[in-house]
Parts: sequence; C-alpha cells; structure tokens
Amino acid sequence: MGEIIVEMFSAPVLVRALIVGVLVSLCAALLGVSLVLKRYSMIGDGLSHVGFGALAVATVMNLAPMAVAIPVVILAAFLLLRLSSNGKIKGDAAIALISTSALAIGVMAVSMSSGMNVDINSYLFGSIISVSSGDVVTSVILALAVLLMFVFFYTKIFAITFDESFAKATGTNANLYNMLIALLTAVTIVIGMRLMGSMLISSLIIFPALCSMRVFKSFKSVTVCSAIISVTTFVVGMFISYIADTPCGASIVCVNIAVFAAFSAAGAIISRRRG
Amino acid sequence: MALIKTEELTLSYENMTVIKDMSFEVNPGDYLCIVGENGSGKSTLVKALLSLKKPVDGSITFGDGLLQREIGYLPQQTNAQRDFPASVLEVVISGCLNSRGIRPFYSPRERKIAAENMERLGLTELKKRSYRELSGGQQQRVLLARALCATKKLLLLDEPVSGLDPMVTAELYELISRINKSGVTVIMVTHDMTAALKYASHVLCMTEDNWFFGTLDEFIESDAAAFMKGGAVRG
Repeated sequence: MGEIIVEMFSAPVLVRALIVGVLVSLCAALLGVSLVLKRYSMIGDGLSHVGFGALAVATVMNLAPMAVAIPVVILAAFLLLRLSSNGKIKGDAAIALISTSALAIGVMAVSMSSGMNVDINSYLFGSIISVSSGDVVTSVILALAVLLMFVFFYTKIFAITFDESFAKATGTNANLYNMLIALLTAVTIVIGMRLMGSMLISSLIIFPALCSMRVFKSFKSVTVCSAIISVTTFVVGMFISYIADTPCGASIVCVNIAVFAAFSAAGAIISRRRG
Repeated sequence: MALIKTEELTLSYENMTVIKDMSFEVNPGDYLCIVGENGSGKSTLVKALLSLKKPVDGSITFGDGLLQREIGYLPQQTNAQRDFPASVLEVVISGCLNSRGIRPFYSPRERKIAAENMERLGLTELKKRSYRELSGGQQQRVLLARALCATKKLLLLDEPVSGLDPMVTAELYELISRINKSGVTVIMVTHDMTAALKYASHVLCMTEDNWFFGTLDEFIESDAAAFMKGGAVRG
C-alpha cells in the first residue's frame, strides 16, 4: 500500500492530476450545493456537453482547447441561467436543446476531420494524461476564487439559494451572485472535464451535495460535508483507478455511488430513530 | 408622513397593463389588506413595491425614513424551499443581510436581533431544528421572523396563510395582528375576505379593470365589497 502511494507520487503526471482533481472536486462540491438546491443541477450537465462540443471543434481546427472551451462554456452558462429564470422555452427543455446541439456539432466536427481518434475519447470519458501544467495553474486560481467567494459571500449565497425573491427584495444583487456562480461553474467544468470526461463531470457537482443532504440538516454542515466527500471520493477513486487500471473518471463516480448508498442508508436510519 | 405613497401608478405584466393610475398611501401603524381576483395584478403590485419591477408610469415614494430594502417581505413559499437543508437560525438571521456590508460573518448584534425575533415568535426552542422538518405553520413563523429581522417598520406579506389548516391560519393571523399592534405597519395580500374584514384598517381591492382603496368602513359601504362578496359566493 505504502509503496503504491510512493510510486504514484513519483510520477509527475499523477501528481498534476491529483492536484487539479482535488481542487476541482472542492470547487465543484461547494458550487454544487447551491446549484442542486436551486434546482439547477441539469445546468452542470448541459455545460459539460457544451464543453465537449467546444473542445472537439477546437481540436479539429487546431486551436488551443482551453482558450476556446472556457469562454464558450461561460457564455453557455449565462445563457442557460437566463433561460432558466425567465424565458419562453422552459429551463429543462432549453438545457436539453443546447446540450444535444453542442454534442452534435462536436461529433460532426470530429467526423469531418479524421474520425473518432483517441483525443476525443479522452474528452468524453476523461484521461489523467491530458492534464497539463497550465491546467494546474488555472485550477489553483479557480480554487482560490471559489474559496474566497464562499468565505466572503457565504451569507449572501445562503440567502439567494434559499429564497431569491427575499434576497432581491432586501437589496442583495442576486443576479450578480448567480452570474458569479455560473461563471465559476463553467470554469470548474471545463477544467474538470479533462480528468473526468464531459460525460461524467457533472457527477462531481451533484453527488457530494445530494449525499450530504441525506444526513445533514443545516446549510453549513451540508456545505462542509460536501467538500469533504468530494475530495475524499476523488482521491479514493483515483487510487482505485491506479491499482485496478480502470478509467479515472468512472472509478470516481463509482466511489460516489457507494458513498451515496451509504449516506442514504444512514439518513434513513437516523430519521427512523427520531420516529 | 406616509410610509408608502403611490401616485397615478401604472404597471404592466408581459406588456399588458394590469394596474392603471392607482393611488393609495400607507401610514405608520396601518394594516392594509390587498384583496382581489387572480390576475388582477396583486403580485405585480408587490413586485413594484419591492422595486423588483419598474412602473410604466406614476411613482411610488417611500417616506418616514423607510428605505426600500428595509421592507420585511414574506414571499409565497416555493417547492424548492420546503425540503431545504437549513437550520431555523440560519434562515432567520439571513433577514439581517440588508443592514450589512460585505463582512463575511454575522456580528453579535445581528445574532441578537435574530434571537429576539425568534423569541418574539416562539421559535427559540426550534432554532437548531431543520427548516424542512417543521410543519407548514412553523415554517411560516420562521419566514415571518426573518422578515422582522429585515425591518422595524413595514411587513409585506404575500398570501401568508395559503396551504395552512384553519387552526394554524387563525394563530398566524393573531400573531400578525399582535405584531401590527406593537407598531409595525402591515401590508398583506390575501384571498381571505373574512380575515381582511376582521383585521384590516384599510383595504385595497383590485379587480381586473378597476381598483378601490379606502378604510375598512369605507370598503364595507362600497360597491367593491359587494362585488367581492358576490365573487366569493360565485367562486
């Protein structure tokens, strides 16, 4: 066991993946609490598909993938937020519309060039080799931004998550915070996609929040617990993927499924005890 | 001086004028009930009072040192809220947000205000409980406590008793009436004519194309009251 850990840490690729993964999981979990409670979980899913489309198009056109994907996904995030809060097309339909469109465009772009190559496969299901040192820098900056936002605006984030109309009525600029959350979510998804794959990245946002809501009853405890679950499941999942030689993203999601089952059981037992 | 005064107020909802040239005023200590049919523009008026919607024409002025963000607002509950993981204290104290800058944590003063309002509404024993485990009536009291943290002067209640059983409804009305007697002005949007007639000092009655504003006695004498009662029987 100890040897394996030492072995893992001696490979720079793995160390990079670990740093990026831990930071991205932390951000995803914190943002996820607010997104899940506001019934915006599907936005995360929609954005990851947009991310796939953007990465595929960028690869085919020989552009820097991140430089294309980050602004495109941020734009999509603002658009989805607007469509969800007001609009003629209902939010869930809008998300389905945008995500399938982005997927289709991505697949078309790929098939017009050289057919499904390894790169696209890694965009879909993740690969730790694709994490560059540039990603490390971006994820450190991102993590700092999310943490700072949470510490400074924690009370406001609670207020707009719990009751946006009250928050607006008492002078909180809810739209600004929603945009900020959407922006950070978009960046989290694009960076996390490299590791988790665009099909699986939204699990990092949704699972930790749902798990902790099964057991914990205050916003603060749910937030703290989500962060812990997220980072732990990531590290355990990556470890399993290294030992068993399974894909990183899928391994992490499987660990999350196990944690979710455990928390659901614990939640059921606790509520039965209370009567 | 009036706390709120509207003059020739015209409001629209999705490009349709729902309120035209409405004038009324709310003075300190009043208990104003806003009654009316669905679609008569009650919710639009509430949004305008909270400055979430701009008037097409006319004006809303706040007086007596009342700031717009100091209105204690009790919105209609959303489904997402009913199973929200938050402690009672977390919800109540979030009412203090309007009086603070960007300091990251709540100050002792804000904790004291929250504690006082929980005491006032009999919530002190519930303060560590989770909001989603409370009954509908308890949840409304929590939201009322939060609204009181946001204001010393004016409560704006949007159908506070919808979905509550008759016993709890009566209790909540008594509570609101007590708060009003302690000097807080109340504006309540309601479907419940009986409550309006029992508690209100003033009535604003809205129908699809008209409105009436006056004291309770004036309202009882008016055609609007006859119309509303007729409506209630028909409905």
